Formats: sequence, C-alpha cells, structure tokens
Amino acid sequence: MTDISTDILVVGGGAAGLSAASEAASCGARVLVVESDLQLGGQLVKQTHKFFGSKDEYAGTRGYKIAGILLDEIEECGRGVEVLTNATVTGYYAEDKTFTVMRGEDSYSRIKARRAIIATGASERLIPFPNNDLPGVYGAGAVQTLMNVYGVTPGRRVLMVGAGNIGLIVSYQLMQAGVEVAAVVEAMPRIGGYWVHAAKIRRLGVPILLKHSIKEALGGRVVEGAVITELDDKFNPTGQERSVDCDVICLAVGLSPTTEILSHAGCKMRYVPELCGSVAERDRTMRTSNPDFWSAGDAMGIEEASAAMVEGRIAGLCAANSLGLPAKMEKLDEYWARLDHLRAGEVGEKIRSGIVKVSRGGWEACCNE
Amino acid sequence: MELIAEHPVLDLSYFKRGEKVEFTFDGASMEGFEGAPIAAALHANGVRVYRETPNMRRPRGFFCAIGKCSSCFMVVDGVPNVRTCVTPLEAGMKVETQHGRGHARIAPILPE
Ligand SMILES: Cc1cc2nc3c(=O)[nH]c(=O)nc-3n(C[C@H](O)[C@H](O)[C@H](O)COP(=O)(O)OP(=O)(O)OC[C@H]3O[C@@H](n4cnc5c(N)ncnc54)[C@H](O)[C@@H]3O)c2cc1C
Ligand code: FES
Repeated sequence: MTDISTDILVVGGGAAGLSAASEAASCGARVLVVESDLQLGGQLVKQTHKFFGSKDEYAGTRGYKIAGILLDEIEECGRGVEVLTNATVTGYYAEDKTFTVMRGEDSYSRIKARRAIIATGASERLIPFPNNDLPGVYGAGAVQTLMNVYGVTPGRRVLMVGAGNIGLIVSYQLMQAGVEVAAVVEAMPRIGGYWVHAAKIRRLGVPILLKHSIKEALGGRVVEGAVITELDDKFNPTGQERSVDCDVICLAVGLSPTTEILSHAGCKMRYVPELCGSVAERDRTMRTSNPDFWSAGDAMGIEEASAAMVEGRIAGLCAANSLGLPAKMEKLDEYWARLDHLRAGEVGEKIRSGIVKVSRGGWEACCNE
Repeated sequence: MELIAEHPVLDLSYFKRGEKVEFTFDGASMEGFEGAPIAAALHANGVRVYRETPNMRRPRGFFCAIGKCSSCFMVVDGVPNVRTCVTPLEAGMKVETQHGRGHARIAPILPE
C-alpha cells in the first residue's frame, strides 16, 4: 500500500474530468487524474460521429477528435497534471479523508487530496428478459469499446434494443465496422434520439420497430438469436412475436449517473428523473454539500459531452479558487452563459427542469483554507 | 481473427493494437495484441464464454467492458477473478475459463 497526496484529485478522465484537470492546473493546482480504463477520454474516444452543441465545445468535430484536443491540453499542463490509468477509486473514508484506489488487479494505494472533483460519468442500465446473462448480450458501451477502441468485430449480426441516441448511433457505428444490424427495437411509440441519427440508419435499410421489445435471448452457451414482441399502449406484449437471427444483442436502454463516491462523502443526493437518477445537490460552482467535493458531467445528470466539458471547467476553476490559488473567477459567468446556451430551447427543457431541483443558492459553511 | 480491416472514419492506426503476441486459452495457443484487454483478444479469436457461475453453471462472457460487472472474471496465470476486460494482455499469459468462484492462495500477512 503506497500513499499519494495531491491538491486536487479528479476521479474519472472523460470529457468532464479532463476539462476540470486542465482548468485547475492552469490556476496552478497540482492535479491527479485517476481513470479506471486503460486510456483517458471516457466515452469520447468511442464516438466516430460529429458532435452537436456549440462552437466553443467543438460542435461539428468527431467525438474521438474532441478527446484528442482535450488530451493535448492535458499534455500542455506538463507536471501540473499527473495521470493514473488502469486505476479505480474504490472508496472514500470520510473519517480520515482518504481515498482508496485499486491499480490493476491487486495493488492498492491511499490518496489524500485537499479537494476532489468527481467526474465518474454514467453506468448503463439493464433490462430483465430470459437468458439476458448469455454471452453475446452486451451493453452498448462494451460493443463500442470492442469495435472503436480495439478494432475487434463484436459479432456478425446485431439486434439493437433501444432507439435513443445511443442505440441509433451505435447501430450506425456497427455498420461502419462492417457488422449487420438486424433491427432496432424500441418500447416507446416514438424514436427517442435525434431524427438525423434515425434517418441515417433507416436509409441503410435497418428497420426501427417502435412499440417492440425483446422477449428473450435464444441459445445454449452463447446468443444464437432473439425473440422480439410487439407491445400495446400499456407496454404489455400483444402476442405478435417473431424471431430474429443475431449473435449479439446490444442493450442501449439508458444510463444512470455513477455517484457512489459522492455518497461515500456524504454529499446530499436527490433522485431526479430528468437527470436519470440520484444526483448530488450543487451550487453555481458545481460544489456539493461536502465542501471538499465538486462534481461535473454525466455524474451530475445524464446530458452531453458539451455540457460535461463546461461543468468540468467550472469545477476545476472553483476548486482551485477554494485553495486560494489565482483563479480567474470572472470566467464563471462566461461558463454559465455557455451552459445556458447549450441548454436553451426545447431540447434543453428536460435538463433545465431537472437542474432546478438540485441547484442551491450556496452552501452556508464554505471552508476556504 | 475477427478484426476490423477497414473503416470509413477511423484510421486503422487509431485502434489500440500493440505488438502481436502469443498466449494460451485453456491450453490452446492464440494470438492477440499486447496491451489490449485479454477479453478483447479472446473475442477476436472467437471465444465468448469466459467463466461458469458457481451454482447454476451458467456461461458468462463480456458485458460492461469497464471492469464494473464481474461478468468477465477468468483465471490468469493461476490467479482467479481477474477482470479480463481491463487487464492488458501480455506475451505468454496463461488464460483459463473460471469454473465457480475460483481459489486464491492467500499469502500470510507479515508484520511491516
Ligand atoms: C453512443 C454515444 C453517443 C454520444 N453522442 C454525443 C454527441 O453527439 N454529443 C455530445 O455532446 N455528447 C454525446 N454523448 C455523450 C457524451 O459522450 C457524454 O455525455 C460525456 O462523455 C460525459 O462525459 P463525462 O466525463 O461526464 O463521463 P465519461 O466520458 O463517461 O467519463 C467518465 C470516466 O470516469 C471513469 N470512472 C468511473 N468511475 C471511476 C472510478 N471509480 N475510478 C476511476 N475512474 C472512474 C470512467 O472509466 C470514464 O472514463 C454520447 C454518448 C454515447 C454513449
Ligand atoms: S465485462 Fe464487466 S467487469 Fe469485465
């Protein structure tokens, strides 16, 4: 067991964590980024499509290239940002303000940090159906990791479950990788994702079956097919079933914020359906009710990389400021203007109504060191 | 191997593929890329079943790919419960299907 100490610990090296780290380091903080994956970048490294959003957040740039831009920025911070990959923060012990981190499979360290920024992103949801444990039933993230990070073909023919943005985009990515997509099934009577993404796969002849869901996976040792069923208005099976030839069933049925460490730290949490799960209450600086903890990105509510990057910058700036470092706090208003812009209009409606429920004017006991 | 050979957006050099190395799976020799997760190397070799559950003997494979679900536990170089989706492949690794919980040799804890 080794001991590590740092000014600011950033847990998670995705869009939010990387932005937080470079912002804090640019104020002069010593930052440590701990990332459980073998490389930095989070979800971004797996996205081959051009992103929406605004110019400041690289709209029109492909996801994996945005990851490249953020990594260059980290590189420029030099020794201001240290990085541990293949390292998972497993817990926070409030009584002695210590984090534990597992590096690889069997090496552990303790980390003491004056401030922490939790940018752990999201975890995928599961749905129950017979044989959903068979090898070949994969989360959308796993399918993306195999094909877009390691260049391994996930299968021959895929049934996609879920027509939200992730289901639609991953279907398209599968076709780019030369994999056939049998169909996309969606329980709701409408497509959840953006029309552009749906149109791209429809043009390539993939049926999007609304009011349909998976009934069961078929196969003895691995997935050899699936049975799908039509649903009525109350989501009950109508009895209209058909079997689908596939060797992979890809689940894209939603994400929930990853918040265990915030809970360990005793941060006030609240279940907010619009943000897709239980999330921390926060003030304008992305600080939680525990004055040593900030958080940003999907961990604070499922949204987009564009918003995750801005929230990360806010958290990095304000955590550095709380340490008495020369942070340009006038940037806070500019960052909020960007967030408001990203969340404007009809598409941002749900996010805005969720955020209102967990926003606090400020924490009474702010401890500036 | 089941590898992507061409891609309209990604240059093949983007894929994290280290040097080609040999390893064994349940005694059979296989090839994979060093530094990529063991589970990805197995998948590229067409192997999908990584362990069997303790009680019902249900096959388990890849699922989350981020080291969080324990679906991909295998015995690697004699060590059970290794998360193969996040453990990098090394030359000569001995990878085995894990049956049940797996057994670890517990080293005695010596006073520091
Ligand atoms: C298919 C798909 C398409 C998308 N398309 C778009 C788009 O077009 N436009 C857009 O703006 N957004 C898009 N997004 C969303 C965007 O990718 C995410 O909102 C964004 O990546 C969130 O960033 P994050 O840093 O909060 O989380 P992540 O990118 O998920 O990063 C979190 C990181 O934390 C690490 N981590 C978690 N727990 C621990 C721990 N305990 N210890 C150490 N490390 C840990 C994880 O390994 C991960 O790398 C898409 C997402 C997907 C899946
Ligand atoms: S696939 Fe989930 S822990 Fe490895």
